[in-house]
Amino acid sequence: MLLGRTANGLYWMNRYIERAENMARLVDAGLRMALTRTQSASEEWNSVLLSAGSDVAFTQKYDDYTAANVADFLLRDTSNPSSTMASIETARNNARMVRTALTRETWESINEAWMALKRILAKPIDERDLPSVLDAIKRETALIRGSFYGTMLRNEIFDFSQLGTYVERADNTARILDVKYYVLLPSISWVGSTLDNYQWESILRSVSAHRSYRWVYDADYKPTNIADYLILNVRMPRSLTFCYRFLAEHLKFLGDDYGERQACHATAEKTQAMLRSGSIKDIFDTGLHEFLAGFIRDNTRLGDEIAQDYRFY
Amino acid sequence: MRLAAFDEMLPEVSGLRRPYSAYDRWLKEQDPARLTEKMQDAERVFRKTGITFAVYGEQEASERLIPFDIVPRIISGNEWRRLTQGIEQRVQALNAFLDDIYHRQEILRAGRVPRELIARNEAFLPEMIGVRPPAGVYTHIIGVDIVRISEDEFYVLEDNARTPSGVSYMLENRETMMQLFPELFQKIKVRPVENYPQLLRQSLAAVRPQRTKGAPTIAVLTPGSYNSAYFEHAFLADQMGVQLVEGEDLRVVDGHVAMRTTEGYKQIDVLYRRVDDAFLDPLTFRPDSALGVPGIMDVYRAGNITIANAPGTGIADDKAIYSYMPEIVEFYTGRKAILGNIPTWRCSEADSLKYVLEHIHELVIKEVHGSGGYGMLVGPAATKKECQDFAKKLQAKPSNYIAQPTLALSTCPILTEKGLAPRHVDLRPYVLVSDRIQIVPGGLTRVALKEGSLVVNSSQGGGTKDTWVLDD
Repeated sequence: MLLGRTANGLYWMNRYIERAENMARLVDAGLRMALTRTQSASEEWNSVLLSAGSDVAFTQKYDDYTAANVADFLLRDTSNPSSTMASIETARNNARMVRTALTRETWESINEAWMALKRILAKPIDERDLPSVLDAIKRETALIRGSFYGTMLRNEIFDFSQLGTYVERADNTARILDVKYYVLLPSISWVGSTLDNYQWESILRSVSAHRSYRWVYDADYKPTNIADYLILNVRMPRSLTFCYRFLAEHLKFLGDDYGERQACHATAEKTQAMLRSGSIKDIFDTGLHEFLAGFIRDNTRLGDEIAQDYRFY
Repeated sequence: MRLAAFDEMLPEVSGLRRPYSAYDRWLKEQDPARLTEKMQDAERVFRKTGITFAVYGEQEASERLIPFDIVPRIISGNEWRRLTQGIEQRVQALNAFLDDIYHRQEILRAGRVPRELIARNEAFLPEMIGVRPPAGVYTHIIGVDIVRISEDEFYVLEDNARTPSGVSYMLENRETMMQLFPELFQKIKVRPVENYPQLLRQSLAAVRPQRTKGAPTIAVLTPGSYNSAYFEHAFLADQMGVQLVEGEDLRVVDGHVAMRTTEGYKQIDVLYRRVDDAFLDPLTFRPDSALGVPGIMDVYRAGNITIANAPGTGIADDKAIYSYMPEIVEFYTGRKAILGNIPTWRCSEADSLKYVLEHIHELVIKEVHGSGGYGMLVGPAATKKECQDFAKKLQAKPSNYIAQPTLALSTCPILTEKGLAPRHVDLRPYVLVSDRIQIVPGGLTRVALKEGSLVVNSSQGGGTKDTWVLDD
C-alpha cells in the first residue's frame, strides 16, 4: 500500500534527479561547441537554453549568452527552478517527504549529493573549473542511481520512481532534438559540412551518446542515423523508444499489482506502439518537428494521467 | 554563580561511582586523539543520515544537528528499578486523573485540585467530556523528565503527556555508540533499547478500537517535512513499518478516517499523531488548521479510531497542574508518590507571588504553558535588568507563571578539547501505556554543553548522550 502523496513525491524526486543531471549534460555539450567554434558560441548557448526550456527566464536576467552566464543560470541559480542546484534541492525535499519509502542507502546518496553540490555550487564557477564541476554533478547523480538500483525493492515504489525518471528523460531527449531538428533535415545538409558535423556531435553529446553512436552506426555522422538513434533505437538508454519501453513496463506492473487498468496505460501503449512500428523515414515524411511537438504533448499528458489515475493529489 | 553539583561519574567526596567503573577502566586505555576522531565520526554519521532538527527563528541554519557527546550516561540496574517504580506509579495516576477529569471529576469534588484550575485551562478540552478512549487509555506515550540532585534524590521536572519527542535520538545515539565503540558493548552489559519501535507498534495495536476486525492499520500523523521533529516522525513510521501521513492524505469516509493511497481510500484504525490538539480537527478546534482531519473528532467520539495520545491529555502535564501531582498520585494510587516533585510556587497565589518576587534572583520561573525552555527565567544566571523586566511580566499576569528553586542538577562528564569536564544533565525515559505499562531501559539524556548552564533544551544549545542502563 502506498499513499498517493508518496507516489507523487517519488515521481517528482526522480524527475528532478534526472533533470539535475540533464542540465549538466546540456551545459557540457554547449561548452564543447563553444570551445570548438567560437564565432557562433552565443547561438549555441541559446539553443542550450531552449533545450533546457529556460531561454525566456534567462533573457529576463542576462543580456549576453556567455558560458559563464549560461552555466551559472543552468547549474547554480536557485531562482531558476530547473537549475541543477534547484533540482537537487527539490529532489531532496521530495526524498525527505517520502523518506520512509526509501532505503537508507538511497536517502543518504541523495542527501550527500545535495550536501556536495551545495558546497561545489556555493560560489560562481570559474570557467577553468567548469569541466570538473560538471563531472562532479554527473558523479553525484550516478551515485544516487547506483544506490537506488542496487538497494530498492522492485515494488510499486520502484515503479513510480521509474515513471518519473523516464517521463523526464523522454521529454528531455525530445526537446534536445526539437531545438536542433533543422540541422537534421535531409534537404539542407545531405552531405555534412564541418559545421553540421559539429552540430550533430553536439546533439549526441547532450545525451552522452557521441561514443556509443559509433558502436552502433558508421563512424560518420548521418542525420537520419542520429534521429533514428535518439528516437527509435531500443537499446540506447536515452532514446524515446527506450523510455517508453520502460514506461509501459512499469505501468503494466502497477496495473497487474492493483488489478486495474487506467487511462495512462492506454496513452503509454499507444505511444509505444507508434514508436515500435514507425520508421525514421515515416517520421521525416510527416515532419520531424511536427512529430516531436506531438510527442512532447502526449508525454506531458501521460504525466498528468499518471498523477490523476494514481491519486497523486 | 556556580552550584555545587553531584557528579554521576566522579563525585568530589567519594571518588569514581560504581556504575562507571568498567567504563572508566576502558576510557583510561584510550588514546585521546582517537577519541577526538571518534567524536568527529559521530557528527559525520548524523549529518549523513540527515538526523537534523529545525530551529525556529534561525533562517540560515534551517537544519542543525543536535550535538552528541560520546561519553555515556550510566545508570545502575538498582537505580533504574527504583526509577521505574516511581514512573509507573506516576503514569497510572496521570491516566486515572485524565479519566476522572473528563468524567466524574471526583478529585475536584474532593477539593484536592481547585476547580478553576481546570475550567479555565486551555489544555482542558470540553469536547472530551464523557468520551472514553479505546481501551480506556488517554496518554499512551509519555516522556517523564527527571532530574537528579544527589546519590538518592530524583525529582520529576515535567510529565510530557501530550506528544513527547526525542525518542529517535535515544535510538540513534545507541546505534551510533555501537558503531563507534563496538568493543565497549562486549565489555559492558548494557540493556537494549533497540526494540522500542516494535514495542510502540504492539502497544498501539493493543489499544485499537474494539470493533476493529483483524490486524489494525496504524499510521503516524506528522505536520509535514518542515516540522522540527519531522525526522523523528519519519524514523518511527519507518521503524514500525507503518505509513507516515499528513493531514492532506486523510479524510473521513463512511464514518472512518481513511488515507488516500494509489488504490483509493484505506481505513486507519490507530493514529499516532504528532500534531497538537488545536490543529487536529478544523471542524472542532482551530478552523484554519490544514494539518489535521476535518471530522476526525466525530469518528473518535463514535469509537472508530484510536488517537494516541488522546486529545486533551495536556491538562495532565500542564505546569499549573504539575504542582498538584503529589496529591494526584496519592489520590488515585492510594500511596505516597515514589518520585517527588520539585517544590513549586504557584504565582497565582498571593503569598507565593510575594515570595517569588522577593527571591527572583534565586529561582527558576517558567510560563505555565511554555515548553522547550522558551520564556523562562533562570534567576541566578540572569542580570539585574533581566530580573526586573521579568518581575514586571510576572506582576502583570501572575497566574501565567510558576517558580521553582534553582536545583543543582547532577552533572555527567562530556569530552571537551581539554579532556573530561562536568556538565548538567537531565533524563527523559519513555513510557508506553496499553493494557500494560512498559518503560524502555534507557532514555534521552540531555546535557547543557555550556559550562555551568542549566538549560538542556536542544533549541537552546543543549546536546545529548547515550543513556546506559546496566544489566547488573
